Amino acid sequence: MLPGSAAPAAGSGMFVPTQTVGTVLCCICGVAMQPNPANMCARCIRARVDITEGVPRHAAVVYCPDCTSYLQPPRSWLRAGPESPELMQILLRRLNRPLARLRVSLSAAEFVFSEPHSKRLRLKLRLRREVFNAVVLEQTHPVEFTVHDRLCDACARAQSNPDQWVAVVQLRQHVPHRRTFLYLEQLLLKHGQASLALRVAAAPGGLDFFFGSRSHAARLVDFLATVAPVQTQTAKQLVSHDTKSNVYNYKHTFSVEICPICREDLIALSPQVSRDLGGLGPIVLCIKVTNAIALLDPLTLRVHHLEEKKYRVYNFKAALTSKQLVEYIVLDIEHESPEITIDGSRYQLAYAQVARVSDFGKNDTMFTVRTHLGHLLNPGDLALGYDLYGANLNDDDMDTAMMRHSLPEVILVKKSFAKRPRTRRWKLKRLPMEEDAVNKAKGELEKRADEYEEFLRDLEHNSDIRFQIDLYKDEDYRSEMASTIGDDVPTVPIEELIEDLSLGDDEEEDEGGEGNQHADMVG
Amino acid sequence: MATRIQFENNCEVGVFSKLTNAYCLVAIGGSENFYSAFESELADVIPVVKTSIGGTRIIGRLCVGNKNGLLLPHTTTDQELQHLRNCLPDQVVVQRIDERLSALGNCVACNDHVALTHPDLDKATEELIADVLGVEVFRQTIAGNILVGSYCAITNRGGLVHPHTSIEDLDELSTLLQVPLVAGTVNRGSEVIAAGMTVNDWTAFCGSDTTATELSVIESVFKLREGQPAAIVDDMRKSLIDSYV
Repeated sequence: MLPGSAAPAAGSGMFVPTQTVGTVLCCICGVAMQPNPANMCARCIRARVDITEGVPRHAAVVYCPDCTSYLQPPRSWLRAGPESPELMQILLRRLNRPLARLRVSLSAAEFVFSEPHSKRLRLKLRLRREVFNAVVLEQTHPVEFTVHDRLCDACARAQSNPDQWVAVVQLRQHVPHRRTFLYLEQLLLKHGQASLALRVAAAPGGLDFFFGSRSHAARLVDFLATVAPVQTQTAKQLVSHDTKSNVYNYKHTFSVEICPICREDLIALSPQVSRDLGGLGPIVLCIKVTNAIALLDPLTLRVHHLEEKKYRVYNFKAALTSKQLVEYIVLDIEHESPEITIDGSRYQLAYAQVARVSDFGKNDTMFTVRTHLGHLLNPGDLALGYDLYGANLNDDDMDTAMMRHSLPEVILVKKSFAKRPRTRRWKLKRLPMEEDAVNKAKGELEKRADEYEEFLRDLEHNSDIRFQIDLYKDEDYRSEMASTIGDDVPTVPIEELIEDLSLGDDEEEDEGGEGNQHADMVG
Repeated sequence: MATRIQFENNCEVGVFSKLTNAYCLVAIGGSENFYSAFESELADVIPVVKTSIGGTRIIGRLCVGNKNGLLLPHTTTDQELQHLRNCLPDQVVVQRIDERLSALGNCVACNDHVALTHPDLDKATEELIADVLGVEVFRQTIAGNILVGSYCAITNRGGLVHPHTSIEDLDELSTLLQVPLVAGTVNRGSEVIAAGMTVNDWTAFCGSDTTATELSVIESVFKLREGQPAAIVDDMRKSLIDSYV
């Protein structure tokens, strides 16, 4: 202490005698030092007392190499990265008891680097302990942990039988195409719902999602119920049980069935349903499928949203589906009313004079029909529609409707564009899916590719659907190919695309890609 | 010379003995070792008396004395008082005092000329100390401790005080005592000086834990190397004070 340390009392005007700390000789080595409670210099104390005596220098920790987690006795497994605070916590907990028993407190701990292959974790601790009366010593103490590899229970089970699932979600839709599943796949990817699935398998008429836990499956089912009109049934099968400890192992099955009504389907409502829905129809188009089905009467522009439960009551089928769309050429358009907006979609009633493309130039068969696509169609455009005139229908409701009402010969559904094979500047992600034997049959592959192409085209034409899912920039896309695309064909604007996360790419290469993208936008 | 001894495996020898220039009191122990260590060192010069005070063995902490007198606490029995009067030389006044603080050894530290006392001691006791021991009395603390008798050991030639004593306090105390003082320890770092050792002008007895360093500090501050019983001279003391102050 410095002489004249009376400063604190200076203000109060009180005299405080200065106290200069003297020196005493260390009782062991005789070196002059400031007095301390042991009256021994630090070196002598350290030489005499080893505070780390009894603190373990070696310990073992159990590690699951499969899920990179460490065993926290008695049986919990905690995931921890190398040299992470979590790992430090796990390791220090192994030392807690010896430290407490020796009344040693821990003032600091840090990792010392060790090769991962050495299967050793090294910690440098700073231990603090009271020696003698009120003399506290601090000392560094290295501890080496041996890492023993052992699979955790979950991983061991998965290793012994990777297919061991506890719950399966069987998603089915009884329609001849897979468009719904292509769309749902994108939705699941966007929301990360299927990430917990052990595996996804394509089954006839749908998909199977296998899960390691019932709750994961239930989560998927809940999600599906919010995005599609589904009906769920659950079942469970007892696999094994232990009555003494009240443990029952089940396999759970969730059978999820999606309504067989898809977008662009043509439905003939029965007189009763039509009456229930306020005289809707009887010919309606399904324009949107969420957890409700949106039905549009193309002749009056009335829209009705039918909930899944309500649908189950009526349980109608599609009279004609998008497979049966026929291409027409528009010869003339006569607008009947101004453009209106229903649920964010625009419609305009018009009279269209159309002829089948297949008839064009062969005969003079023409139809003048009412359509809701007046704002889209111009004379000379191609449009897809249902040919009620030539269709071979096998539907009682349609027959009834035809008898009671005078139905148009054609229901136009959408504008169509020239189908040219083309490249896209965007791409979609896919779920890793196992194919079943039926799907690998000959000809099935081409059919799949066609369906996928059709789905991609749909996305390009329909921004509503695109809005629901994630589109990624295709890095392989080259701008010169773009020039072949006609101006009238809708494309996906670049601002809707997401840059895909790719690891391990060069910085420079990335920058080159960026440059290309800019060139695109300018062009 | 300083000697290392033990009382029944206990190093706090200052508790169980009282050494002055005129006599030495020793507690009655289970074995004769402790007594004989004193006897062999002092037998030719001063009487070594085995006694208890108030039936206890902690005589060093209960009584205070110098070559002029011996003060005993009120717990002392008549037999003990009589025994001490019989054994001690005639010029030593043995007096029992009625002081609330009965551990006089802890409350008073003295040599043959000056006594430092506990600040709370009775006025009557202070007068008695001055009369019986023939000393000047100063109420003092040592390094903030009021038990001045425990935390210092002083003779006519030097003194050892609590290791935490500040330099200013050392200055003040040595001015009062007119002897050189040093802050130090006994018994391997123990700061209870008077409990760990007992000392007079020519010899000292320390606990057996005392290290060589501590022993050399004790011998040099109490001047035990050159000191012989006959060589207690006042003029020498004067020159010491001059050189120190």
